[in-house]
Amino acid sequence: MAKPNDLVQGTLDLLILKTLSLEPKHGWAIAKRIQQISGEVLQVQQGSLYPALHRLEQKAWIKARWKETETGRQAKFYSLTAAGRAQLEKEAENWSRLSSAINLVVETT
Amino acid sequence: MLWARRFWLKLQNLFRRNRNAQQLNDEFQFHLEQQIAEYLAAGMSPEEARYAALRSFGNSTLLKEETREAWGWVRAEQMAQDLRHAFRTLRRSAGFTATGILTLALGIGANTAIFQLLDGVRLRSLPVSAPQSLALVEIKGGNHGFGISDRDTNLTYPLFEQLRAHQEAFSGVFAWSGSDEVAVGQGSQQRRARVLWLTGNTFAVLGVPPIRGRLFTDEDDRRDCGIQGVVISYGFWQSEFGGRDSAIGSKLLIQGHPAEVLGVTPPDFFGLEVGNNFDLAEPFCSVTAFRPATSVLARRDLFWLTAMGRLKPGWSTDQASVQLDAISPGLFEATEPDGYSTKSQSIYRAFRLAAYPAANGLSDLRKTYDASLLLLLGITGLVLLIACANLANLMLVRAGTREREIAVRLACGASRWRLVRQLLTEGLLLAAGGTFLGLYLATIFGRNILWLLSTERNVLELNLALDWRVLLFTASIAVTTCLVFSLVPAFRSSRAKPADALKSGSRGVTTGREHFSFQRMLVVSQIAISVVLLVGALLFMRSFRNLTTFDPGFREKDMLLAFINLEPMHLADVEQYPAVIRDLLTQVRSLPQVKSAATSTHVPLDGSSWTLGLQIGGHEGWSKFTWVSPGYFETMQIALLTGRDFNDRDTQTSPHVAVVNEAFARKYLGGVHPIGNTFRSVAEPGYPSTEYEIVGVVKNTKYAGLREETPPESFGAASQFPAYGPWVSIFLRSSSPPSAVFSVLRTKLNELNPEIRSHFSVFRKDIENRLVRERMMALLSGFFGALAGLLTMIGLYGVISYVVVNRRNEIGVRMALGASRVSIVGMVLWQTILLVALGTVLGIALALAATRGAGSLLFGLQPHDPLSLIGASVLVTAVALLAAFLPARRASRVDPMVALRYE
Repeated sequence: MAKPNDLVQGTLDLLILKTLSLEPKHGWAIAKRIQQISGEVLQVQQGSLYPALHRLEQKAWIKARWKETETGRQAKFYSLTAAGRAQLEKEAENWSRLSSAINLVVETT
Repeated sequence: MLWARRFWLKLQNLFRRNRNAQQLNDEFQFHLEQQIAEYLAAGMSPEEARYAALRSFGNSTLLKEETREAWGWVRAEQMAQDLRHAFRTLRRSAGFTATGILTLALGIGANTAIFQLLDGVRLRSLPVSAPQSLALVEIKGGNHGFGISDRDTNLTYPLFEQLRAHQEAFSGVFAWSGSDEVAVGQGSQQRRARVLWLTGNTFAVLGVPPIRGRLFTDEDDRRDCGIQGVVISYGFWQSEFGGRDSAIGSKLLIQGHPAEVLGVTPPDFFGLEVGNNFDLAEPFCSVTAFRPATSVLARRDLFWLTAMGRLKPGWSTDQASVQLDAISPGLFEATEPDGYSTKSQSIYRAFRLAAYPAANGLSDLRKTYDASLLLLLGITGLVLLIACANLANLMLVRAGTREREIAVRLACGASRWRLVRQLLTEGLLLAAGGTFLGLYLATIFGRNILWLLSTERNVLELNLALDWRVLLFTASIAVTTCLVFSLVPAFRSSRAKPADALKSGSRGVTTGREHFSFQRMLVVSQIAISVVLLVGALLFMRSFRNLTTFDPGFREKDMLLAFINLEPMHLADVEQYPAVIRDLLTQVRSLPQVKSAATSTHVPLDGSSWTLGLQIGGHEGWSKFTWVSPGYFETMQIALLTGRDFNDRDTQTSPHVAVVNEAFARKYLGGVHPIGNTFRSVAEPGYPSTEYEIVGVVKNTKYAGLREETPPESFGAASQFPAYGPWVSIFLRSSSPPSAVFSVLRTKLNELNPEIRSHFSVFRKDIENRLVRERMMALLSGFFGALAGLLTMIGLYGVISYVVVNRRNEIGVRMALGASRVSIVGMVLWQTILLVALGTVLGIALALAATRGAGSLLFGLQPHDPLSLIGASVLVTAVALLAAFLPARRASRVDPMVALRYE
């Protein structure tokens, strides 16, 4: 069984960081958001979000807090740290450079 | 401070494992609930919604595993799991575990014990400050038997004084002599103590501080200083004074003279000679006070001092040797002994001093045991190798029976590496158990080996404490063995294809040939190594037997020895002693328990030797010289070939006569009839040049040791011994029990003078005590050979049993088709014989190569001794067939119906 590498790991990290840049969210909301924004194109297997979230937390790019949701249920909310914000900028920049380069290659041939 | 924060997070995880896991559960739970809620809102039934949510979430167990990995510590956690699991599995098969641990412990214990001995004898540095800058000062190449020597590289006291005055390489030179014993206490409380004579500066130059009181200084070591007091060793302080502080300042009676206890040396200071500890230390200047009859300090022919120096900063031993070489001519010229022939004196003047590194101290033990101990280390290494092969085999057999378990685990998605790690952990646990037990066994082995090497008169004391070198050695062999015996089985079993293993059912079809090939290889090498070890064992045992049964030319059976010191009689004139001794001998002979008795100046086979130069028929030569009383040859039962024994008419004033041995007659007289020939001895101090007439020839007898060729020896009459004194050794032949003879002798001596000191021994015991090295090699190599045989037997038994179990169906079919029981036993044994034949041939080839260097340790046989080679092969074959016979018989008892029903 291959690891859920359908999304390149770095890309998943970028998506999570980006999603969290607006406001703190819990895991399910993050998954939902990624699906919505990408117009259902990016079908992340929902569970595979969690190893990534915990990895990012260990890297101190995001931090987590247990908070009550609107429905009064306890949920773990993730939010960006300062280091995470810096990382997001770096990765976003990398990504745009990479994607424009790929675009260039794909379109000119 | 991002890294600090990350580190903090990691660290927290270590202590929050359970809480983290719980929270992760909650997190997943929450996620699923949200998803279910969404699906419900979309109009799914609750059942459908739940499954859809679970599906879209993915394999939650796997995800949890992965998340855990993000927390870190996975490795440690898995290791703990592996350890727990391994512990459980090992406990479940207690028999296997016990065999494994014991096998390893024996191997590791034996290795560690031998290494400890080797470490104690040759690797440890002297327990002094900066031992690297110490150097021995010796006569280069030895003194070639000149004068009287303790060790032929030693110095005389006058020579040492010259050295001290003229050397430039050392910041200090000191000397000692450690082979003397003195009497301590008085009356029945009297006992022997080993005394270390040393120069006053010894402790200062070595940098050894006192732990109580004070040690000697140069101030204590002035010519004719009398008795300055005594310094005692830590061991003596403990045994004599119970380690009490009041010891300092108390008086100790040494040789009848009171001496004040000045100080105690530290516990780790055993002296300067490894294996030769001391009780008391005295400065050289006190020798004359304790031993008035001697003038050893002035003697220029007595080489009894070992000298050492501490190199000045920047000096090497080579540079020191150059300087010593330069001053040597002056030194030897100034200390030239009188009374020697001009030729001998020119030899003396040509001696040169040189310096040698001395960080590890000096040890006769090292010279004697180095080769033996290295060889033993090799032997124990091979035993360990067999033990490892055995374990590897057992692990393989176990892995075979666990094939299905492993297949199931592989099928469930366990990674191969994880399985290998699991099996390695089992190996590691076994190795750890074996190592701890082995360390314990090592202390027992070590003590017993020391005991083997010690004799009543010479108790060997070595520091066998575990030091880092021993621990490092043990740890590294433990790790290596663990890897060797568990890695191969681990990789092999993890390579199994799950589908095949599951398909083949619980009984298994006959497994492929290559499946056993590794095990066969292990068994063949075990057999080969056993053959090598057994050949070695047989060689050493036969060699020892040759030594103990060797005919030295005299009959040592029923022979007793008495060493008698008449000094305490304090006769006015030394001239009176010969008459006293003659009288004593007559009285001893008259005892009913004594068949015959005689005196001699030399005890054969005790390693000592007395040589004089001689002139015979215009030639120069040399001979061993021994002076014996009439009746000596009869007492020793040495055959007189021609001529006569000494008699009472040979007196101090009559012409000097000699009885020579065959070797003498052959070397110097050729075919000439020896009786009536004369020769003249060359002068030495105390032994003026004398003309001897040969009156008899005796058969050759061994002289200093069993191993050497009989040298030319000439016997003189005791009445004509020029260097007589108040000492005598008497040989007694008696068939009464030794203790009875000793007690009547003691009574007799007491009547004469209660102060006379004596020592009795059984001659045969004395000779055997000098064979301790050979005895040790014979016993230990025999023990290890037997151990190797046993281990091989276990290994072979295990493998053949396994093969038989795996071929059960095939055997059943054969028997159903009419094969007889005998033919089944034969079939299994035939396999064994092939393995044994291969192993034995290999082993003999190895043994021939390996024992080539052992020739010098053997006596009376060659390393390629055919009897030992054949003996070892026969033994191994017998043991192997025995080991294979049980499983073979079991195979022949297979009930064809039972076996076939499984098909």
